[in-house]
Formats: sequence, C-alpha cells, structure tokens
Amino acid sequence: MKRIFSVLLTVLLSFIISGQALANTPVLTDAENTATDPILTELVSKLPATKLKKMLPLVEQIAAIKDDRTRNVLELMLNGDLYYLKADKTVVSALKNDDSLYALKNVLTDESLSPVKKSKIRKVRTNNSLRGDIRSFIAKIDLTDKNKDVRIQAVKQLLDNPSASGLEAVQSLISQEKDKDVRELMNVTLLLNQLKTGNHAQVMAAITQLQDTLEPSVKNTMVKMLNALPETSKTAEQKELAKSLTKVINAIEDKRSFFEVVENIFFGLSLGSVLLLAAIGLAITFGVMGVINMAHGEMMMLGAYTTYVIQLAFPNLIEYSLLMAVPAAFLVSGFVGIIIERGVIRYLKGRPLETLLATFGISLILQQLVRTIFSPLNRQVQAPEWMTGSWVINPVFSLTYNRLYIIIFSLMVFFTLLLILKKSALGLHVRAVSQNRDMARALSIKSDWVDAITFGLGSGIAGVAGVVLSQLTNVGPNLGQAYIIDSFLVVVFGGVGNLWGTLVAAMSLGSINKFLEPAVGSVLANIIVLVGLVLFIQKRPKGLFPQKGRAAD
Amino acid sequence: MKFKKLIIASSIIASSLVAQMSYAADTIKVGVLHSLSGTMAISETTLKDTVLMMIEEQNKAGGLLGKKLEAVVVDPASNWPLFAEKTRELLAKEKVDVIFGCWTSVSRKSALPVLEELNGLLFYPVQYEGEESSKNVFYTGAAPNQQAIPAVDYLMDDIGATRWVLAGTDYVYPRTTNKILEAYLKSKGVKDADIMINYTPFGHSDWQGIVSDIKKFGSAGKKTAVVSTINGDANIPFYKELGNQGISAEDIPVVAFSVGEEELSGFDTKPLVGHLAAWNYFQSVETDENEEFIENWKAYIGDKKRVTNDPMEATYIGFKMWAKAVEKVGTTDVDAVEQGLIGIAVPNLTGGIAVMNANHHLSKPVLIGEIQEDGQFEVVSETPGTVIGDAWSDFLPSSQNLISDWTAPVKCGNFDVKTAKCSGQNF
Repeated sequence: MKRIFSVLLTVLLSFIISGQALANTPVLTDAENTATDPILTELVSKLPATKLKKMLPLVEQIAAIKDDRTRNVLELMLNGDLYYLKADKTVVSALKNDDSLYALKNVLTDESLSPVKKSKIRKVRTNNSLRGDIRSFIAKIDLTDKNKDVRIQAVKQLLDNPSASGLEAVQSLISQEKDKDVRELMNVTLLLNQLKTGNHAQVMAAITQLQDTLEPSVKNTMVKMLNALPETSKTAEQKELAKSLTKVINAIEDKRSFFEVVENIFFGLSLGSVLLLAAIGLAITFGVMGVINMAHGEMMMLGAYTTYVIQLAFPNLIEYSLLMAVPAAFLVSGFVGIIIERGVIRYLKGRPLETLLATFGISLILQQLVRTIFSPLNRQVQAPEWMTGSWVINPVFSLTYNRLYIIIFSLMVFFTLLLILKKSALGLHVRAVSQNRDMARALSIKSDWVDAITFGLGSGIAGVAGVVLSQLTNVGPNLGQAYIIDSFLVVVFGGVGNLWGTLVAAMSLGSINKFLEPAVGSVLANIIVLVGLVLFIQKRPKGLFPQKGRAAD
Repeated sequence: MKFKKLIIASSIIASSLVAQMSYAADTIKVGVLHSLSGTMAISETTLKDTVLMMIEEQNKAGGLLGKKLEAVVVDPASNWPLFAEKTRELLAKEKVDVIFGCWTSVSRKSALPVLEELNGLLFYPVQYEGEESSKNVFYTGAAPNQQAIPAVDYLMDDIGATRWVLAGTDYVYPRTTNKILEAYLKSKGVKDADIMINYTPFGHSDWQGIVSDIKKFGSAGKKTAVVSTINGDANIPFYKELGNQGISAEDIPVVAFSVGEEELSGFDTKPLVGHLAAWNYFQSVETDENEEFIENWKAYIGDKKRVTNDPMEATYIGFKMWAKAVEKVGTTDVDAVEQGLIGIAVPNLTGGIAVMNANHHLSKPVLIGEIQEDGQFEVVSETPGTVIGDAWSDFLPSSQNLISDWTAPVKCGNFDVKTAKCSGQNF
C-alpha cells in the first residue's frame, strides 16, 4: 500500500516538474525574443500617432521583424480590430462583447484589460491601399503556414504584387513545398519574375513554360512586353521574342474566350432559373386556371418578408433560416392566395378584365399593408455562409454558390410541381377542372375547392420564389412589381397551360438576355428581348408550345 | 406605430384646414412636398419627418416673428406630374410661405414651372447633377463638384486608381454626372481605353454579367476603381454580386454617391465593408451639434435604431437658413427672403459653417467614408476647407461659360461670361 502511494507520489511529482518545465519553455522563447522586443514595442507604440499617409513605412518595418506577434498585429489591423486607448495610447485588440462594451487585450503582452466603452478607445486607421499592402506582408509570413489554402492565398498575393523579398522567400521555399498546387503556383510566380528580368534564353524558356497559365498577371506582363518591343527594325532576338509572345498570348486569349462563353451560359441559366421560379406559380394560376393574377408579384414579396421574419425570430439560426423559410413562405403565401380566391376571384369567374383590375387593386393593398407594418424601408435579409462566395475553377472562371444553388433549387421545384400535376389525385382533379369544368363536376369533383387549392398552390410557389429573391435583391414593398411583367412574358412565351413550355421559355429568355448584354448593354438587351417577343407572339399567338387538341378550346 | 403617425399626420392636415379658416393670419405655413407612398417613399418619408421635427423645435423656441409655424403635408406619391399639381395646391390653395421637398431630379423639374409661375420658394435637399439654378429654388444638397469630383480625386491621389468604371442607373443624374466625370478624367490624362461606362435600368437585379465584365476590366494590371451612380434599390444586388465573385474593396474599390446610412440600414453590410461613399455628412462624425441632432431625431421618431443621413442634414441646414433669413428680413415675402438668404451662414452638423452663395448653392465640406460592418461610415478623407457648390459644371462644353448669380446687378441663373448675356430662361 505504501509502495503504491510512493509511486503515485513520484509520478505526481514528475508531472509537476515536467509541467513546470513546460511552463518554462515560453519563458525561454520570450528570452529569445527580447532581442527584437524593444524594437517591436517601440514601433507598435508609434501606431496611434502616425498619420495615414506615413503609415506604410511604419507597417513595413513592423512586418520585417521576425516575431510571433507581428502577424497578429498585422492581422488585427487588416480586420479593423486594432485599437488604442485614448488615455495612455496603449495598443490593444478590441472585441465587442454582449453588453456593448469592448473586451481589450494588450497586443504585445497578451494580457487582458478590463472592458471599456467605445468612447474610450479609437481605431488604428487604415484604408484600402494600406490594407492591400498589409495583405502582402501577411502573405510573406503565411508562405510557411501549415494550411494549404492559406499558402495558396499567400502565393497568389505575391504573384499579383511581387516584391523582391517575397520572391526570395518563394525561391527558398519551393524545393521544400510538398503540395503540388502550391508548388505550381510558386513556379508561375518565379517564371513570371524570370520573364520580367531574365536574359533572352531565360525569357524564351519562361514563355514556353507559361503558355498554359490563365493567371491574368501572366497575360498582362506578356502584353506589356510585346508592346515595349520596337515597331520596326527589330533584332533577330526581338523578332523571335515577338513571335512566340504573340503565339502564347493568342493561345491564352482563345482559352479565355472559351471560358467567357461557358460563363455566359451559366449566367443565362441562372437568370433563367430565377425567371422560372417567378413564373411557374403564374403558369398554374394563369396557365391552368386562366386567372390573370396581377397580385402574383405580391405573393413573392410576402415570401421574402416571411424569410425576414424567420431570421428575426431565430437570429442564431441564420444558416438554416432559408430551409425553414421555404415551407413557411409556401404556407403564408398559399394561405393568402386561398383567401384571395375565396374572397374575390371566385365571384369574377369568366370576367378577365374585372379579375385583372380586382387583383391589381389587391396588389396595391398588399403593398401598402406591408409599408404600414414593416415601414417603407427595405428590410435586411442575411445570406447564410453557404450561399456566399464562389467556386473557383480556374483564374478566369468561377461560379457563384448562390446562383448554383438557385439553379438546382428551381429545377427541384419545377419537377416537384410537374410530379404533383401529373401523378397525384389533386393534379388529376386540377387538370380535369381546367379542361372541362361541367364534366368534372358531373364526376363529383368539387370544382370550387379545386380552384381554391390550385390558386393556393400557385401562390405558395410564388412565396417560395420570394425566399430565393430575398437572397438576390432588396426585400421591400416593391419587390413584386419588378418581377410580375417578366413572369407574364415567360408564361405567354412558353405557351399557356404548359409547364415544360415555361421551363424552356424561362431558360431561353435568360440566355438570350445574357448573351445580348455584353454586346449592347443591359438597357438595350431588355428592349430587344421585349420587341423580339412581341414579334414572336404575332407569328405564334399561343407561344412556343401551344396546347393541342380539345384541351386547347 | 405607423398607424399612430397616420392619425397624427391626418390630424395635422385636418387642424391645418381648421386653422386656415380661423387663425390664418397668425401662422406661417410650411409646405412639405415629399412622397409618402410609391417607390420613393423609402427615402422621402424620412425627410418629411425631419421637417416636422424642425418645425416642432422651432415652435418650442417661440416660432418665427412671433407666429407659430404650421406644417402642410401633401403626398405626391412618387408620381412626377403629381409634384406639379401638389406644388400648385400648396402655393395657390394653401398659400404656404415656403416648401421643403422633392428627391429625384425629375420631380424637381416637374415642380419648377409652377414654382416660377406662382413665385414660390423651394428648398431641395438632395445631391443632384447640377446644370440648373432657379430663382425660386435653393439647393442644399451637393452639386457634382461637391461630391463626385472630390471622390475621384481621392481615388486618384490616395488609392492610385488609373483605370475607371463609371457605372450608373439609366437616368438624368448618372448620365450628367458621368459626362462631367468623363471630361474631368480625360482632362487629367486618362485614356479612353481606361474608362468603361455602363448603364443599367432602374431596380436592376441581375448583375452577374456586368460584375464579371468589371472583374475582367480590372484584371489588366492597373489599379481599377468603380464610380457608382447606381440608384438606391439596385445597389444591394450589385454589392452582393461583387462579394460573391470575390472582388473585395482592396482589389477594386467602389465609391458610391447614392448609398448612405439610411440605405445601408436595409442592407446585409458584410459584402460592402471597405467600399466608399462620398457625402457632405456622415452620422459617425463626432461633433456636439451632430450628437444633439441625432439624439433629437431618435427621440422624435421614437426608435433608437433610426439613423441620420446627408439629405437630412441638407434639410436641417435649409430649414435653419430659411428661419434665419425670415428673422433677418422680418417678413416671409418670397422675394425678400430670397435676397435675404444669400450670405446666410449656419453651422454644419459635421463642423464648420455652411454659407448660402449667390448661385443658391451651399459651401460645404466634402467627406469620403469607408463602409463599416455596423452600417456606419468611417471618414478616410476630408477636403481641407469648404467647397463652393457650382451650379454649372466647368467640365461640360455646354456650361463652362455659364455662371449663376442672383444678386444685383447680374440677377441671372445662367449668365454667359463670354457673351455677358443672360439667356433669359429661368432655369
């Protein structure tokens, strides 16, 4: 028993000692740092009093010091979290905590100070150009970071803004770099430098090796070099250089223009998918039921406001807010749709002009209602993290995530709706009523309720479209008006009563618009599309895919 | 909340009708011509409330010339021809002594003929494209040389931009401003190939292609900056797309002339941080006057989160100047007040003094601010003194010889200094 105790004791003791040893190690590094420490302390303490115009040399000096704290200071400065106390000019990092006070930390000693009010501290000033430089300084430090993405960002930064010391660092690190992507990018950086400063043979070698690179700075450098050559009386070397430069630039240009076309197709599909979402609800109410619903846009607006309310109610669940908003918006807009159908539209059956005027009136009432409840100001709907940013495929081609998800989502909505109409009992009833109301009633289908449910379905889908629109545009009382005309265009173009027609019409209108836009500008593109559509309807009044047979009557 | 305000507003109108019958001589009537419904309600309702707040304060301090001020609020409903009708109603029927109102240039142009016909007095509080100076209008917002040109100077000198994108919504303000800026950039030696001009329709929401073009334009190896005259509503999708395509304020900074605190309060500000705006006023400027104004505003509107913005300051300055001029000349007669206003000085909310010049435009400081995450601006640059508002731009061939001077002996809004002639046209 005693022995066990003593063993335990020794183990414990050794832990304590080793713990002390561990605790000692930082002290040792601190001792190493003391050589640079006074300089760093002195430089950092200069930050508060330095004018913005003289900040750059000071930051450069700070960045040159090899100290663990340097990166932290630069990073804080970059993010605008570096402050100083107005009283004694101590440089601190400040983070806003819950009770609107600022938690402070001395950036040099890392000791926490008591939280203060905003008025006690002031930000160390930066501006865009200074932040760009700070980014480069951090990049140099980051070249040795463990994370691959950080290293790639760092090399990219140096590629676009090369500095002598940065290139040296890349040169010395490239042989140790294990990751292929990083090494390749480092290689491009070095080749680019070789291209700029090397002798003729080196330049020629660099050109051949760079011919597959799409980085914009490579092409820019080559174009600059080509322009710098004398127009006439070239030497043999210069002629050779001009020839291979032209060849490589053309090859890069070809690749870029290929990706430009691919990009335009994506933009077209993405605009098309937004049009599809906006129009598909209308394709049901207008296309299937024949009701001209001018309040369709306001159903979208209600959906967008539902998203806002959900984000307001669950401020901690922004990431999931859209998933919650989709069913909620469907229910809210669908419910309002049913009320409108039961309250107004059913009394106006077969009188399209009066339906048009009544629904237009409803749209104005809904807009003013929203203005009264939520104020006329736009409301802020946040984008979840997964909807921001883009998927970078290569330096000249990237797809934004929000557009990508919206394309997928709109197709999902489309096919779900198609399934409901084609395969479910409700779909069967809807089609029966829209084709021959009296016959359907004779077969004991409650046509009144089918009307209400169909209108609710169409309005609900519009609400879902509103959730998507809240991610793309302003959430305000006028949101719906911006899309109502486009929606009608799509439905008419595609052929009334035909969901597939709506899909094709939306996608082709989107693509035509996006291919015209770079050539003639967006104002003229809209006009051309509209005129083209009017002419098309003259030729084929029933749209792309007119209904055939007895259903068409 | 809103309902209450509606009741208050309607009771003010109702009481004004009663007042008109019995005590017409004992009050000074102030017309408020801002849209309270329709597209522009988003911006203009705030200014209506600002005027009402100023009237309330003035009345608490004893009114003007021993009389109480009385607001006459009308709603032109963002409908441009209705601005002319409502102006006529205010001047002919209500017989107001002064009008505060209008936001868009087209609404001001619509009210202008009526103002001149019935000799009214309008204070216009929004930055605009210039090229106008009417005897009956005082312009308290910025002229292009008080906003656009200092912003471009900042981008050129401090950021080092050499390649320019001029992006705007397709209507008169952006078109004229961009024409002035293009001429100004060329006078500074910028080549045609380094300027890209792009117009989009109102409320444009699909910015993918244009932002991708800007990205390509900006990847030519020269520092590129975007000067945006994009109208309020189209801004949020534009900045969102910039953020999504990975363009940060450090790569390609965007300086905007129509994005202020009020617009930002409806934005998710994450993608905007670091981008710039040029105004004569920011809520974040720390002066005693500004703090008092913000406090009063929040108390008046009953919402601690409401923000203040540049057109509000312009309304504030306009109102103070009018009140001072009325006290000075001792009457509300339009011609007397119009002459009395020239030379009147009122402290700015951001420090310094605003002076009304003979061309009916103000001398004001110009501030450049960077957008912060909380929707406020941090001032990164400031003109050393005040800048005198120039009604007729020196950078447009059609107006470089024109000046405006409403004092004797010139008394003309568009005096040609070369031919020494006044065109006779009033605006």
